[in-house]
Amino acid sequence: MERTSTSIPNEKMLMWTFIGSECMLFGSLIATFLVYRDQSIVGPYEEELLNIPFITVTTFVLLMSSLMMVLALSAVQRGDRRGSRLFLLLTAILGLIFLGGQFYEFSHFAHEGLGLSRNLFAGTFYLTTGFHGAHVAVGVIWLLTLWTLALRGRLGPEKSVTVEVAGLYWHFVDVVWIVLFTVIYLMSGATGA
Amino acid sequence: MATAEARVHGSPGAEAKSGGTYAGGIWSWITTVDHKRIGILYFVSSLAFFLIGGIEAMLIRLQLAGPENTLLSAQAYNQIFTMHGVTMLLFAVMPMSAAFFNFIVPLQIGARDVAFPRLNAFSYWLFLFGALFLNSSFFLGGAPDVGWFAYANLTSSQFSPGHGVDFYILGLALAGAGSIVAALNFIVTIINLRAPGMTFMRLPLFTWMTFVVSFLIILAFPPFTISTVFLLFDRMFGTLFFEPAGGGDPRLWQHLFWIFGHPEVYILILPAFGIISDVIPTFSRKPLFGYPVVVYSGVLIAFLGFGVWAHHMFSVGLGPVANSAFSGLTMLIAIPTGVKIFNWIATMWGGSLRFRTAMLFSIGLVAMFVIGGLSGVMHSSAPADLQQTDTYFVVAHFHYVLFGGSILGLFAGVYYWFPKVTGRFLNERLGAVHFWGMFLGLNLTFFPMHFAGLHGQPRRTFTYPAGLGFEGFNLVSTIGAVITFLAVLVFLVNLVRSLRTAATAGANPWEASTLEWSIGSPPPPHNFDHTPGVTSRDPLWHDGIAPPPPGEEEFHMPNPSFWPLVVAGGLLLIMAGALVGLPLVLFGVAVTLVGIYGWSFEPIH
Repeated sequence: MERTSTSIPNEKMLMWTFIGSECMLFGSLIATFLVYRDQSIVGPYEEELLNIPFITVTTFVLLMSSLMMVLALSAVQRGDRRGSRLFLLLTAILGLIFLGGQFYEFSHFAHEGLGLSRNLFAGTFYLTTGFHGAHVAVGVIWLLTLWTLALRGRLGPEKSVTVEVAGLYWHFVDVVWIVLFTVIYLMSGATGA
Repeated sequence: MATAEARVHGSPGAEAKSGGTYAGGIWSWITTVDHKRIGILYFVSSLAFFLIGGIEAMLIRLQLAGPENTLLSAQAYNQIFTMHGVTMLLFAVMPMSAAFFNFIVPLQIGARDVAFPRLNAFSYWLFLFGALFLNSSFFLGGAPDVGWFAYANLTSSQFSPGHGVDFYILGLALAGAGSIVAALNFIVTIINLRAPGMTFMRLPLFTWMTFVVSFLIILAFPPFTISTVFLLFDRMFGTLFFEPAGGGDPRLWQHLFWIFGHPEVYILILPAFGIISDVIPTFSRKPLFGYPVVVYSGVLIAFLGFGVWAHHMFSVGLGPVANSAFSGLTMLIAIPTGVKIFNWIATMWGGSLRFRTAMLFSIGLVAMFVIGGLSGVMHSSAPADLQQTDTYFVVAHFHYVLFGGSILGLFAGVYYWFPKVTGRFLNERLGAVHFWGMFLGLNLTFFPMHFAGLHGQPRRTFTYPAGLGFEGFNLVSTIGAVITFLAVLVFLVNLVRSLRTAATAGANPWEASTLEWSIGSPPPPHNFDHTPGVTSRDPLWHDGIAPPPPGEEEFHMPNPSFWPLVVAGGLLLIMAGALVGLPLVLFGVAVTLVGIYGWSFEPIH
């Protein structure tokens, strides 16, 4: 490990500053979503479409993936090779399940007549959740790459900072979803399925 | 690993004698990860774009020299003034600031490179590709013609059916990403790579302002990115973000744009403030007056800069409460800025002044920025602004702060650090001609614009009829622009001539106080033989470098890498593919992925 003025590894500080920048990215998306709430002039409208119970399940899945991420980091730090492989893979799989849920939701909405250019809800919803989904997808690729390294025995405790940085990213993406879940779904006025 | 280490360990300092810092052919520049070389790449590129933007400015001024002129059509004029703004702000001033961030900051904090050398090269390639991509639109169906601010819904596919706006969106996406990546790198570098004893309150002011500007960049660019994504989707997939017929609101663009756009003006000026805060003490032989206050003022300017975006939108009609709040916050910014002005004056007060060219440009900045700042305070008042907005008065204002501020400050930096970068001096006599020509030229160009504006001449209009009282002001402005352009040519002559002189500068030709002057000119590839231990804010004036510990120091220099170029090239292909077709996008994605994996698994040392 190189010497740094703060003793915090450069990679970790880079991720924290990057997350600061990402806050403005998602902040702009969320602000736009709120400004355009209830401004659509043709349907289908959000309260007719949003399926809160379904999304609650995928939200829970994403939260559990964060738990798996914590366990994966802990396993890597302890030098527990089997645990590293297992929990990294589980984190990625739970992320993939979340993405599958999003894919199902998007195609269901499209089937209900909500094309991308249908109304303002369509644009703001698809772009905001789509941006988040893209972040999850990048995270899954990253985790699977780390998992591959773990399989080949190249992810020992000396690499724990690499895993920690990936974990920071993953938890951030998870936290963003908590905000999106609240703002888009819970505050929508949708009554349920 | 072996080669770099062996070279460094073999004989530190030998490279400096042979000019080894810049040795090697074009491949060594393409694959370089050395912050000094990347700084030079930034400088040369930004100078080229400064000239392109300057030629565009000349075309604008020649078109407006007389009434009813027909040099440029309205269509061509719109493209030229749009590209003049975009080029000067994003491809000339920002990257020239980045050139100094790159070359100077690691030296000032006693580091051997930035925290992420390959990421640094990546930032440069993104900037270059974005700038070239956007400028290629001139030859591929027409440049954007909607102003650098690109207000919706003029930019919709209905009103801008050509590809100019698409080039704007995609080119700035590349360049903007490059700026964000570079800023992240510099934040980590400044926090984490300071030499022992280099506390925050001992950082040279230029490093401090780099730090502040980096935060502005990482926080201000994302809203702009998002607004351009909205615009891209509106144009390509028919979403309704800025489409009134579908319930969308074009003002959303204005808000998101200016939440970026106003911090952007501080991104442009604070590096210049940092430069002259280092130059003025050097040529006054006095420490900077009120160092902590200058630092805090810079931070406060940046902080307030996020709360004033709607003063660009007074004429939109946001209502008296919003207008008053934004007026008040805008006026507040005058306080920390004024504080800085007084600190620079107080630094010079009673000093033994040496009027070298760098000092002339610095004093020029102080004077010119006061004029631009005063007109800025004038239109911070919403009712006054309603009279001034969209007239040449505003053009006069922001050119006094951007040209009189940023450009003069950057030239101060060029004359100040040229000996450090090259080991050679720029000619002082030509430098004085350059300064006075530019000083005269900029005042002749921009001062009459105040009057033209108050007489009612509108901005962004390709001509004006005779008899409205604009002719005299415009003719003087054009003459001033010609003088400015000639002054820039004098600078270019000076640059080329000076590069042919002998390298006689030595380590510290100006007897300056900061760490970059403690090592050879040009610095050896590894910068410091021993990591300096700093014990003072002005280490070279106060014997403020601790003696090195005995023995040789272990360090590794990073290997050159072409992966940053591959990843940036892949992203460029994706952007081009957005205009050409899906196969090219997919090819770009593949190149990017290959690049990222090649990068990740490449040994660093």
